[in-house]
Amino acid sequence: MELQEFINNFAEQFDDIDASALNGSTIFKDLDEWNSLVALSVIAMIDEEYDITLKGNDIISATTVEDLYNIVQSKK
Amino acid sequence: MAFIEFKNVRIAGISTGVPKHIEYTKDNPNISSEYDAVDFIKSTGVESRRIDDRFTTSDLCCAAAERLIEDLNWNKSEIEVLIFVTQGPDYICPATACIIQDRLGLSKECYAAELPLGCSGWVYGLSYAASLLSTGNVRKALLMAGDSKFIMPIPDQLSSHAGTVTALEYEEGNDGFKFHFGTDGSGWDAIYIPDGGARNGVTPKSFELEEINGKQMCRLQSRMNGMDVFAFAISTAPKSIKKTLEHYGVTMEDIDYCILHQANLQIDEIIRGKLKLPPEKVPYSLHVFGNTSSATIPITINTQLKGKIENKPTRFICCGFGIGLSWGTVLFNTDNIVLSNLVELD
Repeated sequence: MELQEFINNFAEQFDDIDASALNGSTIFKDLDEWNSLVALSVIAMIDEEYDITLKGNDIISATTVEDLYNIVQSKK
Repeated sequence: MAFIEFKNVRIAGISTGVPKHIEYTKDNPNISSEYDAVDFIKSTGVESRRIDDRFTTSDLCCAAAERLIEDLNWNKSEIEVLIFVTQGPDYICPATACIIQDRLGLSKECYAAELPLGCSGWVYGLSYAASLLSTGNVRKALLMAGDSKFIMPIPDQLSSHAGTVTALEYEEGNDGFKFHFGTDGSGWDAIYIPDGGARNGVTPKSFELEEINGKQMCRLQSRMNGMDVFAFAISTAPKSIKKTLEHYGVTMEDIDYCILHQANLQIDEIIRGKLKLPPEKVPYSLHVFGNTSSATIPITINTQLKGKIENKPTRFICCGFGIGLSWGTVLFNTDNIVLSNLVELD
């Protein structure tokens, strides 16, 4: 799994955010479009693409996109 | 592996009681500070719900039971088993099932028991009733399942009030029910009411408001870790359904309808996608009835398949999953099933 691929998949969960606008150090909870419904889509994407079942605390404890990527990596 | 099979039992009919009062999601200006009603409906699928705090679950179930008993032309004295599935009993004790025996005028020669499960509850209740009937020692059972008002109202926009009744009877030679069950109690606090049980009784502190997921709630109201429940549901339910099909040697092509617990459309659409099922095989009721807890599976069969399946053999796989965490999947056939008209209480 590559970070860039993860960022692309992450960006797809938003209506108006292009992957080029994000990088590993993006603080995703500060994005205008971020809300609890998007969080569910991110959990669904990680389940679908990486076969990993996240906990709510995984999302809560992550700050940047790369933090989330690392959490997914650690559960593989 | 909790695979359990009971033969010689069939579903004779299903009925549903709901409050007549409808609450429309679009009319609610206070959905969330994060998103508006349009986005909420798009994500959750819940356009309207039935809510009326005048009626307990047993009120809704008893009204539905009277209708179904009449539609089936059953004699009340023949009903020897009553299973009541709810998380909203009339009293903390005694079991509401006992009160219902008298209220419905059932025989005192009646096995009555209660099961405090939520979203998985209908499937579990079905296994109770089927296990008793499959002996042939008792011949007719009512399985009541639903939730309406709790000790205090839940300030959410998903849960709705409904009480269903599933009538079951002994039938020699019937293929019966094939189950798979699972439990993960490590997620017990993913959905729970903190106070009011024996662990934490009711104290003045129980009524103090605290902020939970952006809402002011007290400790007598049900709270949920939505992300944990969501992740559990999309991973566990499809696995249980696939295991059930594989264990009993059935393929998805053999199934006419897959009925899922419906708490949130996004969850159900992900599960449907994983199972590669077309929309017509996965009917939903949550757009009009919301999340009806243990009533969801029977209310969906009753209201969404009425007029379509009564007179032809129909094969179902149904999966309930949620609070507990608890899940159950069941395979069964129906034929000549009675689906009553919706009973609305006003």
